[in-house]
Amino acid sequence: MAVSLYGPEDARQTVCVYLEHNAGRLEDVSLGLISKALELTSGSDWRVCGLILGDDTRKPAQEALARGLGEVISIQHEIMTRFDVSAFTRACFEVILQEKPAVFILGATPDGRDLAGRLAVRLRTGLNADCTDLRLNLETGQLISEVSGFGGGVIALLESPAHRPQMSTVRPGVFEQQFVRPVKSGVIRQIDVSLSRSDLQSELLERSVGERLDLSKSQVLICGGRGMHGEFVQLNALAEQLGGEVGATRPPVDEGYIERERQIGQTGVVCRPKLAVTCGISGAFHFVVGIQEADTVVAINIDPQAEIFNYCDYGVVADAHQVIPALIEALARESHSSHA
Amino acid sequence: MHEFHIVVCMKVVPKAEEIRVDPESLLLDRENARSEINPPDMNAIEHALRIKDQCRARVSILSMGPPLFESILRVGLAMGADDFYLLSDRAFAGADTLATTYTLARGIDKIGDVDLVICGEESADGATGQVPAGIAEWLGWPQVTLATEFQLSDDYTVCTARREIPGGYEVHRVKLPAVFSVKTASNEPRFMDFDRKPWAMEEAGVIVWSRSDIEVEDDLIGLKGSPTIVSGLEQAETRARQQHMLEGDPESIAAQLAEILAPFHTRN
Repeated sequence: MAVSLYGPEDARQTVCVYLEHNAGRLEDVSLGLISKALELTSGSDWRVCGLILGDDTRKPAQEALARGLGEVISIQHEIMTRFDVSAFTRACFEVILQEKPAVFILGATPDGRDLAGRLAVRLRTGLNADCTDLRLNLETGQLISEVSGFGGGVIALLESPAHRPQMSTVRPGVFEQQFVRPVKSGVIRQIDVSLSRSDLQSELLERSVGERLDLSKSQVLICGGRGMHGEFVQLNALAEQLGGEVGATRPPVDEGYIERERQIGQTGVVCRPKLAVTCGISGAFHFVVGIQEADTVVAINIDPQAEIFNYCDYGVVADAHQVIPALIEALARESHSSHA
Repeated sequence: MHEFHIVVCMKVVPKAEEIRVDPESLLLDRENARSEINPPDMNAIEHALRIKDQCRARVSILSMGPPLFESILRVGLAMGADDFYLLSDRAFAGADTLATTYTLARGIDKIGDVDLVICGEESADGATGQVPAGIAEWLGWPQVTLATEFQLSDDYTVCTARREIPGGYEVHRVKLPAVFSVKTASNEPRFMDFDRKPWAMEEAGVIVWSRSDIEVEDDLIGLKGSPTIVSGLEQAETRARQQHMLEGDPESIAAQLAEILAPFHTRN
């Protein structure tokens, strides 16, 4: 059998959380992972530590302590002005072999996936990607990762019984950030890793990141599916009216009617809005997981048999193309009269 | 001079919309689903063929799977690829990411003199997106994931690639050989070339390699080489919803909906 560089007998009761940061702040996905790691280990002897890399990690490392982490391992190096998969893999590899955590979790972001994919191979260990939940057996140290199966409503539980660290990446938006009491005695430990420019795998010639559309933060989500036949004008108007955002299922995205970053669900964004309105969406499970945490779901679909009606609070059997304009008008009247 | 050589990693998946779940066992019924080329891999081969259109390059398809993959992936030959390597052995079955990437990397070693490896963003049936990074690590090559455009240097030793990231893009320059994954839907895959079709579907020889052909360690392939196991299947919990159906004429439905939606007004 393929053997990892250290096994369960040598692993420490530690959950190590990879912390991504940008412009001096921790990314939301990392904050969610911190909350989850603290929840999984609460009341036990298990240790949770963050791992943060960069040319200046002071602010985000402090933020991690303020979010309840007792310990943050920081690797600062002048060449790490940005994520470079080769240099970051090398640095993380050294720390992991030193610390021997039983569990190492990362966000399923582009950088997190790049890093996790390489690191798991270098450590000869198992990697479960895009998990929707994590469970930890505090006795045995076994991490159980949930992934939504391919197709309807089934989740698969994955484990790496004999390999350490047990690595998982978790999709952004899956874990909620809990507000916890900061640990007063929290420590930031600097670890030196010898790196040079030759450890960088690529030259970054250009980078442009604008305002990032983050549907997972939207309070109101108006979603369109195949049944909209590519017509998103009315949905945009309704979203605008309610101060929300428009999302979509995969078909309109694949057909180019709407940007891919607006795709909701298993292969898109997982959202937690107060309100989700689904229009012309049949309700396939890989979409439904994306709005599962919505407080209220309103579904409009012309087919009375559509699955979506099992997942909604209010259902309307009608053509969304007709309902939405009437709804926009009714809402306008209502807000007008409430202001009168 | 050495011919510039691109390997495109492709796989076959059951059509997502045709998969059913057995309610008793919770196992996937893939038997009755038709197979197709993993859709993101179509974007991968299209990128490779566009490079071939611009310069002299050889494009090879590499896949790991059962013999039935052969007829489906021949489509890639008809689109313009030159060779097709299929890693096929019972001992490869049950591979997770670690074992899969190891086996594919050994296949790439065996092909030899490869300059560029291009993969799809993720597989439709696994959706882990971890294969490109894993292959790059086994080979010790640089990687650029989520690429949308490629530009080769005049001497074919350096590749500049644009990649899509949330909210923007980056342009990376890496020395070759290197591994890339391409952003799903970043191009429009071409149709089969009618003139190539008879050759691609019938005459072209597919190179099938078993475990002894690619010199793999038995401990690192298939189920034995896979650290992860599926320890259980569960019905996903879904939140209980009111499922209150609104009735009435369009006018009245709109009024009822407006009443439900009004409290969510974040404006005003």
